Amino acid sequence: MTALNTGGRLTAPAAPSLARRRTTRRRAGLAGYLFVSGYAILLIAFGIFPTLYAVYLSLTNDRGQFAGLNQFITVVQDYRFGPAFSNILIYLVMWLVILVALTVVVAVILRSRMKPRLSAVFRFLFYIPGALAGVASVLVWMFMLDPGVSPISGLLNALGYGTFSQVIAPQNLPVIFVFIAFWTGAGGWIVVMYGALNNIPDEILEAARMDGAGPWMSAWFIQIPMISKWIAYMTILAFAAGTQLFIEPQLLQAASLGRLNPTWSPNQLAYVLAFQFGNFNEAAAVSIFLLVIGLVGAGILVTRSGLFKADNE
Amino acid sequence: MKSSTVPMLGTSKRRALRVALAVVSFSVAIALAGCASASQSTTTGAAGFTKAKQDSKATITVWADSTRLPAVQAYQKANPNVKMNIVTYDGSADGSTYLQTKVQLFDRTGKGWPDVVFASPTDVTWASKATSPSAQAFAAPVDELVSSSTIDNFAKGSLTPCQDNGHTYCLRNDIAQVVTWYNKTLMDKFGYTVPTTWEQYEALGAQVAKQHPGYVLGWVGDSNSQESYFWSSQCPAFDLVKPNTLRVALSSPDCTRMSSLLDSMIANKSISTQASNNATFIKDTAPKVLMAVGPSWYGQYIFNGGFKTPAGQIAAANPMTWDGDTTAATGNVGGGVWMISSHSKNLAAATAVVKWLTTSDANQGGAPTYPAYIPAAKVWLANPANSKYFASDVSGAFTTAANEVWTGWSNTKFSDATAWSSVVLPALTAGKTLTATLPAWQAAIVDEAKAVGYTVTTK
Repeated sequence: MTALNTGGRLTAPAAPSLARRRTTRRRAGLAGYLFVSGYAILLIAFGIFPTLYAVYLSLTNDRGQFAGLNQFITVVQDYRFGPAFSNILIYLVMWLVILVALTVVVAVILRSRMKPRLSAVFRFLFYIPGALAGVASVLVWMFMLDPGVSPISGLLNALGYGTFSQVIAPQNLPVIFVFIAFWTGAGGWIVVMYGALNNIPDEILEAARMDGAGPWMSAWFIQIPMISKWIAYMTILAFAAGTQLFIEPQLLQAASLGRLNPTWSPNQLAYVLAFQFGNFNEAAAVSIFLLVIGLVGAGILVTRSGLFKADNE
Repeated sequence: MKSSTVPMLGTSKRRALRVALAVVSFSVAIALAGCASASQSTTTGAAGFTKAKQDSKATITVWADSTRLPAVQAYQKANPNVKMNIVTYDGSADGSTYLQTKVQLFDRTGKGWPDVVFASPTDVTWASKATSPSAQAFAAPVDELVSSSTIDNFAKGSLTPCQDNGHTYCLRNDIAQVVTWYNKTLMDKFGYTVPTTWEQYEALGAQVAKQHPGYVLGWVGDSNSQESYFWSSQCPAFDLVKPNTLRVALSSPDCTRMSSLLDSMIANKSISTQASNNATFIKDTAPKVLMAVGPSWYGQYIFNGGFKTPAGQIAAANPMTWDGDTTAATGNVGGGVWMISSHSKNLAAATAVVKWLTTSDANQGGAPTYPAYIPAAKVWLANPANSKYFASDVSGAFTTAANEVWTGWSNTKFSDATAWSSVVLPALTAGKTLTATLPAWQAAIVDEAKAVGYTVTTK
């Protein structure tokens, strides 16, 4: 465990500056607040305040009366609540497992099994789709998924899909959304994981090599444990983003002229409740469920991985 | 941060936990102590409306779908002194809720409403009522803005979806009575006669499947195919028996006769389960469409615009009957409406646009769809531009069908397309039969109906 903690150097570059900061703490104080204020103000205006407003809405009814937990009870009993949350659960499990497994494996290969120049080219290629905005990337996938126009129509036909409507059958949807999410999101994480692997001192790998560890042995016993905090960090962010899946099912629903359930994901359910039924209170209750799930998930990962534990001094 | 602080952190953590537990149990206690119900306020139908301060020079914002856009632009061209802001949107087609979503937001912010919108009849069900206790119903009662003689000239029943609480909240742009479309050139070439009953239609399907495989007599993969087929079969899927009681009885023989007919034709591939706007369908199947059961706008939109079938091939026949029935019943697929915003600052200009769009010969006589306004419909039928595409005169079939639209398929507060598209069509794509999917379809409609507050009966 001690070895792991020294290795997971989330704050490694900050270490020397820490000493410096101690001597200049008083003078730096004001500037520090100034630098933080920009983010803090935006966070309060567009993060904290809307969250508190959602809490307020979820505990009241549309006449502004206190409704206790009744809104939560009502949405849990809604016929769309269970399917939406089970859809997102299936999606999340697939997405997180694939994301963690593939980004780490790819990053390890790029770091230790490839010439640096070639590795740089691949990192760039992996990152490109992530630079495409969310909506645009979904539109790209609309074409990819329609055998009539898709560049991979041969593959789709080989899988037995002759039409767009066969491709977007309900049981395929989690897989499709994982593909889209991986394609847009994984490249960035591969670059981050690569950076994390770079942080591992060469002496450690050197020592492992001298002790007879092959490349896979050092990957499994040295590299991956030493970037475990980064993996936890990635999982927390991907989990939070994954629970909020919205654009992908929403656009696919519109493009297929309604062949998808309009409340496939919980966020879509909140959207429909708010804007179609005018029930902002129930919508807020759904979003509070997502908030709690996200916080609990993050809490477990943070405490289990020791993400916020600083290095032993 | 240092290891020495860890035990301290532990105690503070424990204390925090205790506080949190106290807070949670306190709030649960409050919650259980009885508080206001979570149910939404019920809003009464708007009886009359409060006009905004009128300004005869105010710009009017008009929302139209891309099909109706040229008509609005033509009005602007003919009336350059009217200040107009023309916006294109999806026109609420295919079960879209864009307009409803936006109006919900405008109602909350108290501004932004368009003055005039083109929408689907479904939209009138929510637009004629306030979205919240503090809001005013979006749609203005048109009967207080136009003369009753204008309203009386709309085709019989065409304004029914617009009416609520004794007021009329929209003017119908077009009606979309379902007729029997056929490709005269191909039918003559193969030596087939156009069926007049559904039983003949099914028999022809079996014949085509054997003699000319690949050719089809229709398709069911569109988000409105249920309106062409099940509505024509008088299936009680969306039957408002009382203003707030919806009858959804898909096990009725009037539904199963259609589902088993379609199942047999889907099985021998004389009916396609694809959507008519699908690229593959247009490329491979569209040239082999012998017949189609569909609305009056299929001619110009689907055959001419979508399939690019050459002129002089397509013709329309009367709706088909069932053996033993003397009169035909037919469906209605869409047919847009125009609504005027009750929040408009320039009701006079807004009303003038809507009146011109729905009733003028200048616009409706050349409209892409069949006018709901009777005098304009006569001009429309006489307009050679509307008839020259077809192999023979379609006016007979159109007028007959317009009088045969079955009234038991009600305009409900939710779109009849959602359940069909998201439950039935994926099941068909997966190879299930329609008859086997009826229970799932019924369950989906019942869920939707209950969610918007209907009492549901399934008998």
